[in-house]
Parts: sequence; structure tokens; C-alpha cells
Amino acid sequence: MGKIRQRLLGIGILVVLSIVALIPRNVTMRVPDAVTGRMKDTTVRRVPIKLGLDLQGGIHLALEVDESKGPVPDCADAIQRAEKVVRTRIDEFGTTEPVVQIQGRCRLIVELAGEKDPARAKGVIQRTAFLEFRITDMKNTFRDALPAIDAALRRAGMKSRTTAPSAVTQLFGDTSKAQREDTADANAPGVLSSLLFQGQLPGEFLVPEEQWPLVDSLVARPDVRAAMPRGIELRWGAASESRGARAFRALYAVDSRPIITGEELVKANARRDQVTNQSIVTFQLSRRGGRKFGQETARHVGDYMAIILDGRVQGQPPVIRSQISTNGQIELGAKPLQEASDLALVLRAGALPAPLTIVDERAISATLGADSIKDGIRAGVVGVVLVIVIMIGYYRMAGALAVAALTLYCLFTLAGLAAFGFTLTLPGLAGFVLSIGIAVDANVLIFERIREELVHGKSLRLAVEDGFLHAMNAIIDSNVSTALTALILYAVGTGPVQGFAITLIIGIAASMISAISVVKTMFLIWLHRRPDMVTLSI
Amino acid sequence: MIRLFANANYDFIKWRRWAFGLTGAIMLVGLAALATRGLNYSIEFTGGTLVQFELAHKTPTANLRAALDNEGLTGADVYNFGSDTSYVVRARLGGAAAAGEAGTQEVADAVAKALDQSVGPGQYHIARREAVGPKVGRELQGKALMAILLSFLVTMIYLAIRFEWRFGLAAVIATAHDVVATLAFISIMHLEVSLIVVGAVLTVVGYSLNDTIIIFDRVRENLKKYRRQNLYEILNLSINETLPRSVLTHGTTIATTMALLVLAGEVIRPFAWVMSFGIFTGTFSSIYIAAPVLLWIEKRWPGQDARGARTFGTRAPAGTQPFAPPSPPAPAAPTSSPSPRTPQPAR
Repeated sequence: MGKIRQRLLGIGILVVLSIVALIPRNVTMRVPDAVTGRMKDTTVRRVPIKLGLDLQGGIHLALEVDESKGPVPDCADAIQRAEKVVRTRIDEFGTTEPVVQIQGRCRLIVELAGEKDPARAKGVIQRTAFLEFRITDMKNTFRDALPAIDAALRRAGMKSRTTAPSAVTQLFGDTSKAQREDTADANAPGVLSSLLFQGQLPGEFLVPEEQWPLVDSLVARPDVRAAMPRGIELRWGAASESRGARAFRALYAVDSRPIITGEELVKANARRDQVTNQSIVTFQLSRRGGRKFGQETARHVGDYMAIILDGRVQGQPPVIRSQISTNGQIELGAKPLQEASDLALVLRAGALPAPLTIVDERAISATLGADSIKDGIRAGVVGVVLVIVIMIGYYRMAGALAVAALTLYCLFTLAGLAAFGFTLTLPGLAGFVLSIGIAVDANVLIFERIREELVHGKSLRLAVEDGFLHAMNAIIDSNVSTALTALILYAVGTGPVQGFAITLIIGIAASMISAISVVKTMFLIWLHRRPDMVTLSI
Repeated sequence: MIRLFANANYDFIKWRRWAFGLTGAIMLVGLAALATRGLNYSIEFTGGTLVQFELAHKTPTANLRAALDNEGLTGADVYNFGSDTSYVVRARLGGAAAAGEAGTQEVADAVAKALDQSVGPGQYHIARREAVGPKVGRELQGKALMAILLSFLVTMIYLAIRFEWRFGLAAVIATAHDVVATLAFISIMHLEVSLIVVGAVLTVVGYSLNDTIIIFDRVRENLKKYRRQNLYEILNLSINETLPRSVLTHGTTIATTMALLVLAGEVIRPFAWVMSFGIFTGTFSSIYIAAPVLLWIEKRWPGQDARGARTFGTRAPAGTQPFAPPSPPAPAAPTSSPSPRTPQPAR
């Protein structure tokens, strides 16, 4: 009897621990506030089993450093720095329990549960958000270099498609005339210069929207780059602007040296301008940045300053009227306020060290996830009922004990998932249902063994004892072989498949406990209670 | 007490040549399908784009097809997924020029655009969207292959430690048979090979090994117990003795996989198909591949039994009585008769 008491105590402790692991508890989550849209911490009461994205809906992204525009020397370092930036951005973005982690060396995994707007989330994550301020080409060195660039293109065999500047050129005042004269000097219209129209301020040029890709490919040519004046770079405007009936894209010649970058930025906020009804992002620089900015702007009073975000000039460069120190603003025109606040968010979080590209995206809607849970549970219930019918129908009382142990098996498996913080995925759910069918195997082995021992004429007690003992070898060998394949699956698998492997492994451990010790204890109690019993209901 | 196949005494091993022929024929058909059609890989492996959407109203597939063609997605597959209003558009990378040079992200956007035009915005709901780049696809292919090879290696080592190497080899050959047969099944059924399906194949490996081990464990035990019987008889005896267990366990496992197959939804269905087939082939191979192969290995490289006394014979010795288990003889047909040794009839 002492032996039974010890066993019961052990099982009791396990059951209590499992129940404790599964008690709905307060879990702290960061959720967006309904009114202000900011993140706040709230506690939610729920069963502490993590659901995978395929069950609760959400978006999974794998990102790598974008090397399409040139190799990145140290991708591991870039990803590590990107992880910090992305984490800060996501933290403010407003999803519950986001996952940001580095996988392998050069890959970043981002998982956002329950995210309803994947496109916006991707935008916030992927945006490089590299902010810089540069003075435009005040001395018109680029314009003066245009004939040389045209000549370089002519040498390369490029021919102008438009024979003469269109009438629209005249819209842009005197400077365009000067440009026309430049091109006339070279007898034929210049390949590049015929496509550019002088804008309103020094260093600004306009390109018809339909010619934009052509011009972009021209200025990217190595021979054109070589002919560019020293210290000057070209940057495109962020959006097309319409003049009259045509759409134009602005091209700016700017200093290659930024007067300040977004690294010095400490605060950024979005708001809508009351007067112009424009979305604007106001920012504040650090003390050090403010000092530097002040010095630079003092030197450049009267010059135009381009605000460049991710290589694109935002709006028309404003003129510097006087020294600016720590505060500034970026105008976004008629863009929605949401976009402005996303920009403020990424500016606050800092720039990514390198642009990121999405190599793997999985987005699952919450309704599909809920359907999966519903279907999975329905299949599970039906499967369990079938197993119960088979076991009790075949093994009677002993089968009933096995079924009772099966409920403990389910409890242990779920508690294991909760206690070790593993995630339940859809394949995991399928694995769990499947493992219920497999979990009774140990009991079947034991019961068949007991039956054989009884047939051999052993007494009840001895038959039970020997049945458990002799079945053990087979149970251990078969479970270990299944666990080994599950471990390999976990090691090489990703996401959902790992969830499957985990439930299988925990299920094997749980079934060893429930099918062997729990059922044996029940048998011992049964035999103890009925010392007069001569046949076993097995 | 109900007893299925109690005291069964079938000569399983006798039918080994028929069994080899049967499984060989299935595999030939499967391999022919594999060679002509190949496997239907999911975009996880090929790279590409998958968009699953629910429509508010039933729309003919042809309309959707036309809208996708309009967006330049001429090589993409469109098919029904589960219900009438649920569709999947799948465009593999490198497939029949599904998306030309466009990236996987652009294809997903193009699908949304095509839906906006054909069924109208708000008339559909995107349930699932996957875009896998070529690099990730190649990585996953390598990983899946490695997982299967690694599982063979590890289980072979484990079996070599727990059993003798001859047993381990026979078990691994039986399991390899299961993997080939399962691949043949996947190919014949044209199931989509996703990571979950690879997971199912590995689970089949584990399950089949499990089954083989149960029989081999009995063989190991019987070799020690009945030292005068030859291996042919001991294999038959062991298979017969473990038959009730096989029937019961396969019964409960089939019950749960059938529940998954019918009820657990479209995403899990290929997994459930592979598992259901795997249970059959796993059971078959444990009896008809593993045991005869062990017999054949013993014939080629005769080993010694547990006590190092003698090599095994491979055929029932002429003139001796056919072997019968020490329990009282019972009819060979499936019965549910109470055993005569039981003192009282069961309740």
C-alpha cells in the first residue's frame, strides 16, 4: 500500500503542476490604445498557450540585407543593427507580442500576430528612413557640366530622341533659355540636356514623368557619373508634380556632403498644419546636432536646402532664411496623417544600416486561423471519441483505465506546451490529434502482454507485473525512435513544422508517463481493492 | 473478453515473394508517375507566390483566370480550395514564366489588383498570402532532404546500438521502402509537397520504424526463448504474437488520421493523406519487408543467436513438426474465443 501511496503522490504532484501551468493568468501585453493609438501595457486573462500565426492570424516576414544595388560587406553586423532598429519601430507600431529575431547569420525574422494591414507593417519595417539635409547646387555646376555629359553620351553612341525642347520649356523662365542655348552650341540637341528643364531654384530640374525611367538610366551610367562635377550628386524628388497638363518629376543636383543626418534626431511627431492642411512631421535635434546644424545653416543663409529621405527629396527645398538650430519640419503635402505618423515613427526609431528586402512572407487572416482552430478541435474530438470507443470496446475495464490515463496525457501535453513556452501551430494541432492515436500504443502493448501472461497461466498479480515489465523494452525502443525523427524535424524544420515536432516530442514524453506509471498505479489500486478478483477485465 | 487474432498462426513469410511483387508493382507505377509528372512542389520549395482568397459571391474560375491573364499572370495556377467561394492562386518561380521577371511580392500585389477588377474591391477577402523568394526555397529543399537522410542515419545508429546490425539494416531497408512507396503515393495522388508533407513523411518513417521495432523486439525475445526453432519459424511466430497489438494500434491511429482527413480542413488534408497511407505501408513493410529481409540478411551473412551457439536455418527443417507456439492450439482464423486456460469465462 505504501508503494501505491508514493505513486499516487507523484502523479498528484504532476497533475497539480500541469493544472497550475494551464490556469488562465494575467499576461501583460502591449496593445494600441483605442483613443490615442499609442502603445500601452495591459493585462489580459487567458490560458497561457501561445498560438502560432497560422492559428491566430498575422504576418511572418523574413528579411535580408538588400544586395541588389551592390554588395554589403558585413551582412551579420548590418542585420544585428537592423534588428535593434526594427524592434524599436515594431514596439511602437502597435501589435501584441511581436517577434523580432535573427535567424542564422544574416536573416531577420519579424512576426506580428493579428496584424490586419500587412502592407503598412511591411512599409514601416522595410523603410530605411535615412534622413539627410543637403544644400542644392547653388553655383549651377551641374548645369555647366551638361554639355560635357552630353558629349560623353554622344561618344557612347546615344542619340537624342526629341529634336527640340518642347514649348513647355518656356514656362520655366529665363534659365531654360540659357539651357537651350547650351544645347544649341553643340549643333545637335544634347541627349540628356534635351530631357531636362530648368526648375525654379538653382539645382532643380524637371523631367517629364514618362521620360523619368530613361533619364534615371542615363544618369546611372558610369560615363555620365565620371563627367559629373566634383562634390555634386543627383537626387530625385519623392513625388511627381504637375505643371499645366503634364506631370513632371524633379531632379535635384545637391552637394554630396550632407550638412546633417537623421542620426542627430531625438524627437519626431506628426501633425496636420492648421493653415495649409498639409501633413507635416516636426522634429527636434540633439544638442550636438543642433549646434552643428546651427553652424551650417548660418553659413548657408539664402541657400536652398533639400530634405532627403531614403535618397528622395521631400517636397521643394526651402530657402534658409536665418540660422536654424534644433527644430525643423518635413512637409508631406496632402498625404494622409497616418503616413506622416508612420514617418515620424521610423525617424524616431532611427535609420536602418542598409535597405532590407523581404525573402519570405506569410500572411494569414485571423478568420482563416479561427477556422483552422475550429476544424482542428472538431477533428480532435472525433478522433478521441473513436479511440475511446475502440479501447473500452476491446479492453473493457482496462480500456477505461487507459482512457482515463489519456485525459491525463492531454493535460500533460498541453501543460508541457504552456510551461516551456512552445507555440501551438496548425500542424502542431494535427500532430496532437495524431499522437492521441499513437499514445494508446503503449497501453495496447502492455494489455496484450498481460493477456499473454494470463494465457500462460500466471496469477493475476504476476501477470500484471510481468506484462508491464516485458512490454517495457518494446515501448522504450519504439518511442525513442519516434522521438529521434521528431528531434531531427525540429532541428531542420521552420515555424509550423517545428510546432508539429514539438507537440510530437512532448506527446511522447507525456504518453510514457501516463501510459506507464499512471495506468500501472491504477492497476495496483484495482488489484489492491479487489484481492478476491480471479479474472481481469482486460 | 474480445480477442482478435489471438493465437493466430499464419505463415506470413511464405507469401514474401507475392508481397515483393505487389509492392514492386505499386512502386513501379509510382516511379513512372514521378518520372513523367514529377512532384507537385509547394512554393515553399520552388519559391513563388500563393494567394488564398474568399469571394463574397460565387464567380466562375474562367472569369478569375481572365482577370489574372490581364495582369500578366498567365502562368499562375488558379484552383478551388475547399469550398465554392474559396480560391487559391499559385505562381511558382521559374515555372511556366508565371510572373516574368517580377518578384514574388509584385505577383501578390498583381493578384489583388486582378481581384479588384474582376470581382470588385470589398467583394473578396484575402485569407492567406505567401511570397517565398528563390533563396529561401532552395534552402528549404536542402533542409528537407537533409532531414530525411539524417533521420535514416540516426535511427540506423540507434538500432545498431539497441539491436544487432542485421536487425538495424533490415529495419532501415523496410523504412526506405516506406519512403519510396509514400513518394509513389504522393506522386500518384498528385498531392502538393509542402514542408508539412515532408513532416508527415518523417512521421511515417518514425511510425514504421516503431512498428518494425515491436516485431523485432519480439523476435529478439523469442530467439532467446525457443532455441530449437529456426529463424523462419521465429519470425512467423513473432509476427503472429504481435498481431493483436498491430490491429489495435493501427486501428486507433487510423481513426485519428481519418478524423484529420475528413474534418481538419484543406491545409491539413495532404498531411492526413500521407499519414493514412503511411500507416498502411508501415504496417505492411514491418511484416512483409523487414522480416523477410532479415531472413535474407541472415542467409547471406549468417550470424549467431543470443548465446553464440549456432547459425540460423532459413527454412522449416524437413521432417520436423511445424512449429506451434506453446500456448494451446487455436483455430487459425480470426476468432474471439475465450482461451481455455482462463479459469473462468470473461465477463
